Amino acid sequence: MKRVKRRYLALQVESPSTLHPRALIDAIWNAVSLLYGEYGASKTNLSLIEYNSETNRAIVRTTLVSLDQVRASLITITSIDDTQVSLHVLAISGTIKALKKNILKKPF
Amino acid sequence: MKRLFADLHLCPPLNDLNSAYQLVKKAKTLGYNLLGFSTALHTNKNSLISLKNFCEETQIDFVSRIDLTPKNRNELKSQLRSVRRKYEIICVKCETKEVARQAAQDRRVDLLNFPSLYFKKRFFDHAEAELASNSLAALEIDIKPLIILKGSSRTRLLSFLRRETAIAKKFQIPIILSSGLGKTTLQRKPRETATLMDLFDFDATSALDTVSKNPYSIVLRNRKKLSSSFVAPGIRIIKEGHL
Repeated sequence: MKRVKRRYLALQVESPSTLHPRALIDAIWNAVSLLYGEYGASKTNLSLIEYNSETNRAIVRTTLVSLDQVRASLITITSIDDTQVSLHVLAISGTIKALKKNILKKPF
Repeated sequence: MKRLFADLHLCPPLNDLNSAYQLVKKAKTLGYNLLGFSTALHTNKNSLISLKNFCEETQIDFVSRIDLTPKNRNELKSQLRSVRRKYEIICVKCETKEVARQAAQDRRVDLLNFPSLYFKKRFFDHAEAELASNSLAALEIDIKPLIILKGSSRTRLLSFLRRETAIAKKFQIPIILSSGLGKTTLQRKPRETATLMDLFDFDATSALDTVSKNPYSIVLRNRKKLSSSFVAPGIRIIKEGHL
């Protein structure tokens, strides 16, 4: 079977309060489902790898083929649990190690 | 070469300059290099000047833009006559078919903008595109309604935008992706904004062009025309001699 290529996205969560990791990934799933439907969302294979509540940064994993769909869906997230939120992609990489290296170079 | 990004349509309340300054600061952090603000004919000039000064302080290129909302063809022509030499970008908000057709064929118009929520007033069809392809007008798409709207209204808007972008592509009309935002919480990075073009089947490069190359080419073209050395397309004064 052909290996599925994955991409890791480092996200900066802009929010006045700290979010629950579950609420964050649910919001991303929801946004993808709304924009691309359940079939489109099923292709993304989304999962939350890490969420740092102190820095408000998260790492999300998706498939390479649905990377653009996930990025487009992230823009449409404006609130999570009635809190105004905006998500910004800091870096994208094929490995978590390289991603973390990239984030250090980019403050925002 | 490093891409430069532009947002030609920020809509802060110009009577509250602090919120406009916040938008500029955030845009700078997000990676924008060039900003345009929505102004009308009656907008206070002083607030625009202070906004321009603030942009210069934050090292952002400020573009003077005016949004015209004429009621008919003749009103559009007279407004264009009075503002063309004063502003770098002229956008026409097409609320009637008559205005839309005139704006598309007039070479003084830079951007065509259609109401996002009134689908019956989106007049960008094949006839409009054919007229626009012979002039210099580009189609402006605001991302604000795509972010804010939910459910069936967003689906309908997406459907209209898919049709319009396909027509624009066919007639090689440049598309400009602008924010149309007045709040910092809704501002997004230019590269993220460009990914929305994936919804309209654009490849990565042409998607990025909608937030960088296309708006920049309009601004540079108009700045050349507005400079004192410009005579006609292809002719400019290099040096003035004395007889």
